[in-house]
Amino acid sequence: MTKMLEKAPVLLQQPLDEKTFRLRLGAAQIARQVQPGQFVHIKLLAPGGSLLRHPFGVAAVDVDGGTLDIIYRVTGPFTRVLTTLAVTNEVSVLGPLGQGFDLSAQRALLVGGGTGLAPLLFLSARLGSSKTDVLIGGKTETELFWQDLFRPFVGHAFVTTDDGSCGTRGTVMAVLPGLLLKGYDRIYTCGPSPMMKAVAHECMLRRIACQVSLEKYMACGLGACLSCTCQGREKRMKICTDGPVFWSSEVTEW
Amino acid sequence: MVSSLLKTDMAGLHLKTPLIAASGTFGFGIEFADLVPLEQVGAVCVKGLSLTPSCGNCGQRVVETPSGMLNAIGLENPGCAYFLEHILPKLQTFDVPVIANIYGHSIEEYAAVAQALDVNGVSAVEINISCPNVKQGGLAFGTDPQTAAKVVKAVKANTHKPVITKLSPNVTDIVALAQAAEEAGSDALSLINTLLGMKIDIRTHRPVLGNMVGGLSGPAVRPVAVRMVYQVAQHVRIPLIGMGGVERVEDVVEMMMAGASAVAVGTANLYQPDTLLTLTRELQDYCVREKVSCVQDVVGQALPQGKQSMPYFQKKEKV
Repeated sequence: MTKMLEKAPVLLQQPLDEKTFRLRLGAAQIARQVQPGQFVHIKLLAPGGSLLRHPFGVAAVDVDGGTLDIIYRVTGPFTRVLTTLAVTNEVSVLGPLGQGFDLSAQRALLVGGGTGLAPLLFLSARLGSSKTDVLIGGKTETELFWQDLFRPFVGHAFVTTDDGSCGTRGTVMAVLPGLLLKGYDRIYTCGPSPMMKAVAHECMLRRIACQVSLEKYMACGLGACLSCTCQGREKRMKICTDGPVFWSSEVTEW
Repeated sequence: MVSSLLKTDMAGLHLKTPLIAASGTFGFGIEFADLVPLEQVGAVCVKGLSLTPSCGNCGQRVVETPSGMLNAIGLENPGCAYFLEHILPKLQTFDVPVIANIYGHSIEEYAAVAQALDVNGVSAVEINISCPNVKQGGLAFGTDPQTAAKVVKAVKANTHKPVITKLSPNVTDIVALAQAAEEAGSDALSLINTLLGMKIDIRTHRPVLGNMVGGLSGPAVRPVAVRMVYQVAQHVRIPLIGMGGVERVEDVVEMMMAGASAVAVGTANLYQPDTLLTLTRELQDYCVREKVSCVQDVVGQALPQGKQSMPYFQKKEKV
């Protein structure tokens, strides 16, 4: 798969909650090639913007329309500038980068929290609702716009919230053990590291294959700078090029 | 095709352009092949190689800072045996000179790495005596002129390739280090490596980088690099590869005017991976626009007496 650089116009900037936004970019070549789980590396072009690119998992693509969407949360200077972009602004997009999810699942459960749900959204659209359910973990009900986003692509959407304001009270681990008895042959998870670690451990106990999508501070995204390496079971791994998606059995550092 | 205006002969290297990919920012070149036609690059200086594989530092390894970044990778690399067996053959399929950046934890290890890499397919060796991110080796060898000279001599004695010494800016007198490397037989100098720096997370009360300190690079360090190239150029008879925050063609020209025969692009590769391609085109355009008959004419123009201020050119003219 060829990596490409595209100057991408902003086509949509949609608030999903107070701090989470959906950004649609015109990047036809990358949109045509990108697979669920792969990411794009974005550079701000506005003066005063950050020097380094930031990685974002692709949340949706429209191949015919030549667009891709990311879903981001405001966490620092880079994402604060992202919120100021409007139609007529452009960013530089590098992609598609990394290894995506294995798509061979027959019955999949997607387990995610926060913006980790973004790449799972693209995955659910590709797998289709007949074989896909999602387990959404959130802090409180205001984050649960995710249910609406997933609805067209999944059979069931299970929900947990830390405060019990929606779905089951607790983390995803409050319901995961029960769900793993329902015949899923594959679990895909993306979100905070402690969540992924717990999910992977539970899958190992039940002997269900699990893929995790890792994240680490990176610079180039191309496997050159070695900012995002980690120790795997067999070898050193670069999250940007060997991942971000790994089989959970390969991962030793969370 | 690259214009012959950009041809650069230096330290026994015949380069199509004076633009080099700086070590540690371009992987082994192959990682960038989709975005930069490698045959248009002057040379690829590969990630620092040691005798045995190294895992590098723990924790966060990079962080952005104003107009730059700090890194503390810690010279992670697969070791020179793996490089020779698995990476160099792939890199050789591209028509681009390969500079092997090397480091060791002892003078003996520098010598051993130089010997291991004295093979076809490697065009030159760049000695890293200036990495701020490994406790032993690296910077320890680059801040004392006598120790630096010992490393250079050991490497020279163990390779047939041109030897480039990469200098640290973390010294009081860069000229003293440059002269020590020259006297020890270095065929060229690279300057500068990164500046030692630190960033603290005020929420956690801790340094951000796992290694606590890291090397500052990017546009923020460019004026320091230009100053050091300008100083050193007036005191050595060997050519200089200037580097430090180069991202635009104006920066390339500035570095050359300060006395650099070649210019390496580092951090910009990380945030704009096609930088070398863009700069090649723009440097060509610059030569045409400014009616420069050959890019090497730019070298040293900003020095007090132009090229005449550079012993490197005086020596050449005598020969």
